[in-house]
Amino acid sequence: MTDRWQGPVLPTVLLAGLEVFARTAGQHSDALAPPSAALRALMGAVADGSLLAATGFTLGSAALGLLVGGLAGLALGTVLGLWRQAASVSFLTIEVLRPIPSVALIPLAMLIFGFGVTMETSVVAFATVWPVLVLAQAAVRQIEPRLLEVSAALQLKPRDRFLKIVLPAVLPRLFVALRLGVAIALMVAVTVEIAANPYGIGYALMLSQQSLNPALMLAWLLWIGALGLGINAAAGALQQGLARRMGAWP
Amino acid sequence: MKLDLRHTAGSVALLAAMLGLWWLASHLGWMNRAFLPTPEAAFGALGDGFTGGSLGSDTLATVGRMLLGWGLASLCGVVLGALIGSSEAARRWLQPTLEFMRPLPASALMPLAIALFGLSAGMVLAVVAFGAMWPVLLATVHGFGALHGRLREVGRALQLSRRAFVAQVGLPHAMPDILAGMRLSMTISLIVSVVGEMLASQPGLGQAILLAARSYQASELFAGVMLLGGIGFASNAALAAAEAHLLRWQRR
Repeated sequence: MTDRWQGPVLPTVLLAGLEVFARTAGQHSDALAPPSAALRALMGAVADGSLLAATGFTLGSAALGLLVGGLAGLALGTVLGLWRQAASVSFLTIEVLRPIPSVALIPLAMLIFGFGVTMETSVVAFATVWPVLVLAQAAVRQIEPRLLEVSAALQLKPRDRFLKIVLPAVLPRLFVALRLGVAIALMVAVTVEIAANPYGIGYALMLSQQSLNPALMLAWLLWIGALGLGINAAAGALQQGLARRMGAWP
Repeated sequence: MKLDLRHTAGSVALLAAMLGLWWLASHLGWMNRAFLPTPEAAFGALGDGFTGGSLGSDTLATVGRMLLGWGLASLCGVVLGALIGSSEAARRWLQPTLEFMRPLPASALMPLAIALFGLSAGMVLAVVAFGAMWPVLLATVHGFGALHGRLREVGRALQLSRRAFVAQVGLPHAMPDILAGMRLSMTISLIVSVVGEMLASQPGLGQAILLAARSYQASELFAGVMLLGGIGFASNAALAAAEAHLLRWQRR
């Protein structure tokens, strides 16, 4: 891409079109509001602290869920990657559990934990454990076999073997898994809030629709979009920076 | 993956052990029976739901919604993606906007769609199709974008029309990307269908499991979750088989 001025043209035209439409023909709409009003509503949410509180809840639950799911996936993936027999034996069980859509567990999590952080965290953890497991397992399998032979020859303890040989070898690929996990965790957290959990930005979005406040609804929608874009871009930059520093493939 | 007999037996044994653990946990009361039904109760609820209850029609409704939304998403995604991807100018103008839409959770559009279209089956289908379109669209654009410059020259030398170029060179070249996008899109279709059924009270497994949880019918809830897992498994396996068949030229 040589010049980039064309990129923002379409969004600007769309927003201007919406502004004009919402101020004229769609003045009494319950669904659409002028973007300027949405921006004002967003500022209002910033001022009264609701934006910070809701964002904190959503990001906190997503991060906690990703931590639990990611660590479990990393541990299982490492074991299954190093130990072929275990991988082939657990293949069927994993293939039975993995395709369960994470949203199907929302009612179950609701039943067990009630509403709140635990429920959202558990669904996010379930959603993130599988991709991390699969990527970690693939990464461990592709470790140069001679490195593992070296660790055996040096008679390293399992802990040292993991920390000194396995982890550095798979780190660049683990960050690819982390990047994917971040995207999934954020999506699932927002979805859980929209579907059931009465906290966070997803619920704020849902509530603004139910109270027929289109300006606030668009404000939350824009905020969710911007947040997703920013966090995914940050995760991508982190992953690529690390890959470059370790001299691995991007 | 080599599936010799010993490993298959081991696989089945581990799955059976997991079921055994579930049986023990529910029968010995390690977890409250209100959350964790016994396996026989869950499978019983599955059987009863199909013979006397509405699980059969719920499953059909969810599968139909998922497939229809996925079909629409794939069609629109491939057509739009081919249009955008085959033109350098269109890519420059549109791709940044398209990339902005990618991380937006599809379910976040549900409130907007409810406000626009009301709580209807059409609304859910629209969100399913719209949300599931992005992976296919972006994959198609990417597949076309990665087209080698030489191939474009060959197309010009053969004086292929734009349509012929897209159909004979662009689409086959982008096929691996498109199929990967369609697989992700199927997963999203199922997820958004279930969320839509929960929110808009449309008949289907999403509504069924939500109602089961609200009335503390854990065995019916588990039956629904197992069915959803089955749908996810079957659709993924079918697409993987289709992919292997369609891309068999790639491995030669």
